[in-house]
Amino acid sequence: MAFTALPTALPALPAETTVAVGNPTLNIAIFAGFVLVTLAVIVRIARGKKTAGEFYTASGGFSGRQNGVAIAGDYLSAASFLGIAGAIALQGYDGFLYSIGFLVAWLVALLLVAELMRNTGRLTMADVLSYRLKQRPVRIATATSVLAVSFFYLLAQMAGAGGLVSLLLGVSGEAAQNLVIAVVGVVMIAYVLIGGMRGTTWVQIIKAVLLIAATAIMTVWVLGKYGLNLSSLFQGAIDKNPAVGEKLLEPGVKYGKNLTTKIDFISLSLALVLGTAGLPHVLQRFYTVPTSKQARKSVEWAIWLIGGFYLLTLVVGYGAGALVGPEEINAAPGKANSAAPLLAFELGGSTFLGIISGIAFATILAVVAGLTITASATFAHDIYREVFKRGEQVAEEKEVRVARIAAIVIGVVAILGGMLAKSQNVAFLVALAFAVAASANLPTILYSLFWKRFNTRGALWSIYGGLISTIVLIIFSPVVSGKAPLTEGGPSPSMITDPNVDFSLFPLDNPGLVTIPLAFFLGWLGTVTSKEFNPQKYAEMEVRSLTGHGVAKALDH
Amino acid sequence: MSNEARTQGDDPYVAVQSTPEFQDLRRKFRGFVFPMTAFFLVWYFVYVLLSIFAPGFMGTKVFGNITIGLLFGLGQFVTTFAITFIYARWANREFDPAADALGARLDGDKEH
Repeated sequence: MAFTALPTALPALPAETTVAVGNPTLNIAIFAGFVLVTLAVIVRIARGKKTAGEFYTASGGFSGRQNGVAIAGDYLSAASFLGIAGAIALQGYDGFLYSIGFLVAWLVALLLVAELMRNTGRLTMADVLSYRLKQRPVRIATATSVLAVSFFYLLAQMAGAGGLVSLLLGVSGEAAQNLVIAVVGVVMIAYVLIGGMRGTTWVQIIKAVLLIAATAIMTVWVLGKYGLNLSSLFQGAIDKNPAVGEKLLEPGVKYGKNLTTKIDFISLSLALVLGTAGLPHVLQRFYTVPTSKQARKSVEWAIWLIGGFYLLTLVVGYGAGALVGPEEINAAPGKANSAAPLLAFELGGSTFLGIISGIAFATILAVVAGLTITASATFAHDIYREVFKRGEQVAEEKEVRVARIAAIVIGVVAILGGMLAKSQNVAFLVALAFAVAASANLPTILYSLFWKRFNTRGALWSIYGGLISTIVLIIFSPVVSGKAPLTEGGPSPSMITDPNVDFSLFPLDNPGLVTIPLAFFLGWLGTVTSKEFNPQKYAEMEVRSLTGHGVAKALDH
Repeated sequence: MSNEARTQGDDPYVAVQSTPEFQDLRRKFRGFVFPMTAFFLVWYFVYVLLSIFAPGFMGTKVFGNITIGLLFGLGQFVTTFAITFIYARWANREFDPAADALGARLDGDKEH
């Protein structure tokens, strides 16, 4: 796990001593309220029969500002809200450091990817990558990696739902947690099937506004308690955490332990900064606006909102450290993930906790829905058409029907995966998704947008090479097995908790440092060893990508 | 959307691509985004490396409990916001008119 606390910071408390905070009935009521309101919105705006364009991209009908808010909604997932706040609460500066990577990454999307993607693609990420290459193999490769990234990201969100629920509903039993994960999954499927991309986007917008507003309230509240003085807030966090003390204010609590953890953090940073612009559900959002200018505006808005949010998270995180304290956070069922909800309880009692946790649930729900739309569009548009129909024309109705079925299947997989992954730290699982996105997707995206010579072999080597190397290195990393137990004779914090099982041949938790350069290298190597080049398609793609020709025309006239 | 509908024969895109105006447009775009990307990546990794290998320096207090590391971190926010602002202004003022003009010319070529 990425953000387990320092072993010295806490005595091991048995799980049975934890009691639910707040009023579970109230928490459920607020969450149910959100679900009902958003479902009502979705039903109202759902428009008759859905074409593929409508189902996957809302026919490009959103404005840049709306889409920017929705992007923030997609991106400010449970990992940001719960994971980063918890990391700052327990590890101080290192958690903040983590959030900066998530923000800076947006500049890659803004400068290099968003507008050119919008100009050259229409329905899925594979539209762009296969534009001037061989359709079938490139679409299949892209879709495979899109599905892999979506799977990791879905797991993270569902795991977040499971961890949160034990805290908020006072249920720590397996069955009850699983039930809640199932409920989240079923509601999400309903969003996707009824609302398609249009409905899902509106859910994101509503959720983003609620999340940012609630976090802003918490921030002001916390700062108010410290006389609007950041320095005294930090002092409060230091006083409450004597085990770490002043070190909370400097980097290194988590990543500074030894050279391996240091290199691990560099690896993580690389994956964060290059992964965002390769996340399929983020890229899909660029198709929900009509033009590249609106795509640019979307990213502008997203950067302001996301950056502002992480600044708030800094205060919320240290606030949780100061007002709740590491012992209570570590003793709570969700550990680091429960720092923000516990702070809400500390500030405003069970009502505020109910509101914050309702929003946290809504966050998970909305992000999962966005991921599912993207994954199902990819399945229907790229895999179904290319693999099952071998590229022959598929009636659009048929394709949308396949996408709907895919959404249900993906939802079920997410539910089952979430049940299995519920004890994993959500921020860490998201980091894995970023590693795959940065290795398997981004090199090919950049090459196909900027490198004239790039061709099919380069794309395939880069995508499969990046994907396979990332997954293999994760399997043989300490994340999966072999971490030393935190307490003598206790379970290993790895995924496989038996400390006797150890096949961690690769020393880093985050494979990006190896796999990202490897994927770039393979893309180059594959390209230069193949003679394929299509000057017409290259001209068409480049001219369109820069002038927006073809996209804007259809909408302006 | 008319993405699929396009003429294949006398390729207008190849013609446009080889015009000096298009070459200029591409140079203009890359001339802006590539250096900007290099700048923010270097600045970000300098920050990360300092955090990892010079935690003591980053933990130096400037005033109260405000450390150099915190100020550098906030500096990352400032540069990110600034680049966003500068790029958007540049794109709206400098890039879009040139790109739109070329796009319009392509329409003119095709529609006779």
